[in-house]
Amino acid sequence: MKILVFTEQREGKFKRTAYEAISAGKKLATELNAELIALAIGNNLDAQVNEFGAYGISRVIVVADARLQMYSTTAYAKIIAEVAEKENAQIIFLSASQMGKDLAPRIAVKLDAGCASDCIALSVENGDIVATRPVYAGKATINVKINSAIKIFTLRPNVFTAKTTDAVTPTIEKFPVALTDADFASKVIHISVATGRPDVTEATIVISGGRGMKAPENFQLIEALADTLGAGVGASRAVVDAGWRSHDEQVGQTGKTVSPSVYIACGISGAVQHLAGMSGSKCIVAINKDKDAPIFQIADYGIVGDALTVLPAMVVEVKKLLGK
Amino acid sequence: MKLVVCVNHVPDTETKVNVNEDGKKIHPVGVNWMLNPFDEYAIEEALRLKEKNGGEVIALTLGGDAHKETLRKSLAMGVDKAMLLKDDTLRDSFAIGKALADAIKDMSADMILFGKQSIDYYDEQIPGIVGELLGIPSVSTIVKMEIADGKVHCEREIEGGHETVETSLPVVISAQKGLNEPRYPSLKGIMGAKSKPIEEKIPAAFPLKVETLAMHKPIASRVKKIIGTDDTAVPELIRLLHEEAKVI
Ligand SMILES: Cc1cc2nc3c(=O)[nH]c(=O)nc-3n(C[C@H](O)[C@H](O)[C@H](O)COP(=O)(O)OP(=O)(O)OC[C@H]3O[C@@H](n4cnc5c(N)ncnc54)[C@H](O)[C@@H]3O)c2cc1C
Ligand SMILES: Nc1ncnc2c1ncn2[C@@H]1O[C@H](COP(=O)(O)O)[C@@H](O)[C@H]1O
Repeated sequence: MKILVFTEQREGKFKRTAYEAISAGKKLATELNAELIALAIGNNLDAQVNEFGAYGISRVIVVADARLQMYSTTAYAKIIAEVAEKENAQIIFLSASQMGKDLAPRIAVKLDAGCASDCIALSVENGDIVATRPVYAGKATINVKINSAIKIFTLRPNVFTAKTTDAVTPTIEKFPVALTDADFASKVIHISVATGRPDVTEATIVISGGRGMKAPENFQLIEALADTLGAGVGASRAVVDAGWRSHDEQVGQTGKTVSPSVYIACGISGAVQHLAGMSGSKCIVAINKDKDAPIFQIADYGIVGDALTVLPAMVVEVKKLLGK
Repeated sequence: MKLVVCVNHVPDTETKVNVNEDGKKIHPVGVNWMLNPFDEYAIEEALRLKEKNGGEVIALTLGGDAHKETLRKSLAMGVDKAMLLKDDTLRDSFAIGKALADAIKDMSADMILFGKQSIDYYDEQIPGIVGELLGIPSVSTIVKMEIADGKVHCEREIEGGHETVETSLPVVISAQKGLNEPRYPSLKGIMGAKSKPIEEKIPAAFPLKVETLAMHKPIASRVKKIIGTDDTAVPELIRLLHEEAKVI
């Protein structure tokens, strides 16, 4: 049996989620006694893929082409499906990132495979791979198994831990794929970076603000704490709709789903639609003036107080802790 | 332009989830249903494209009779025609996508619009499945679209930024919040929607590839420790985050 892990890179740099997927693949490969193969697509990736060895992967397939420097749904999906077919891989892992979720359904059709999206746990039960995934905005989880011969899983970022193990030197194989213009029927022609801060879906710490921040300029307090901690900045829908913050930052049912190690909610009431996006966080901190705000029901630690004075004090205290 | 919008009917966002007797699905009692919020952005975008370029907008859904409510709402917003692929059986995303693609393939649509995801199962798969089955490109989670000189440019959200995708018609897109501001149905629209016909078809059966074994309600075990009422509580908060929770 073979497990193929698609490793995502943007502009030549592999993402942490790629290593998370490799580590999840490594664990499953050990349980199933399967061979693990990493697949990297892009241009000039040889130096970086060597580093995969630190995560215990011994075989890497690279598909390199100048036209693959930028993401193309059509071309990448074709390559992944071709490699999976050639290798006879029965299990395919992608990260449930914007790229992975874009690719997985197209690959599923090409390989006549079922796909379990946004998995938060994987186990082997009676020889079946059972995936756990949240549904109904995290109000429930389901366990699913895939009945098709080829099975695809996308893994929620920040849930599976990237683990270095005894380093190996991977063999790196070039895989030739003949690509025509038609394969680039859709392609990325431009990327713009939003803020330089980590995205809320990838950040290990997220600090979010809501209407209780009182005014858009007060988000500087959140940004200051975020930059001290290397955190991402999130927002409730109320402040996004008010135009205080951009849509990219919205956490919740109609925004992003996040699972950081710690989520700090400042001036957010904790409406069900907001909880939908962040209840999977490992630790939740709430700062809210109202002791009855629903956010305290799911918080680990809370301060019933004014976020506008608590946040600056947090910056001071965190700087002390970090010796900055 | 011929525009097809695929819409889903989902439990509303306030729904309390209880597990059904079979242990695999949501208990239907007390659930209110609504048009999937992301699909409103898809409908709005289709209506705007029609207003600009002329043509026709068809709303398409697969589900039981209850899905007609969502089609009525789509009609009330202004779509021209509505079609129900009537099917009460359990389907996974692949099977829904297959039925939708079968229905769409002879419509000679220029664009097929979806919401980014259903807020019931959060699968985010059907748009890509339909695109691939129809053999045309798909661009997911878009927040902006421009069509000019036979080219389509879509801006999509990615982690930490946006990317611009270039493609061409016919194309599948899935809409993210931010693409537009969906209109409210007018009273005239709502009245008119009641008398518009809904075409019904029976889709072919299709085997399940993804099977649900069990549904659980997560048990949240939160510390729920209130540390204080002002900034004097901060040193203790940071200490707890560092030493007890070990997250910073
Ligand atoms: C279909 C649908 C989808 C939705 N999707 C989302 C979504 O994705 N994400 C989302 O967030 N919401 C979503 N919502 C909206 C949601 O219902 C709430 O309206 C929204 O989350 C409220 O935002 P808020 O907490 O910032 O504001 P409020 O609910 O107004 O809360 C402000 C809080 O700040 C506190 N406060 C005030 N002053 C201070 C101060 N100085 N210091 C500390 N605390 C203070 C108040 O006590 C209050 O609890 C959705 C709603 C619907 C119907
Ligand atoms: N039963 C359905 N009938 C028609 N369209 C659907 C159905 N389910 C989902 N869709 C469409 O597919 C999109 C993505 O859904 P999903 O892949 O289920 O997350 C939704 O926003 C709808 O536009």
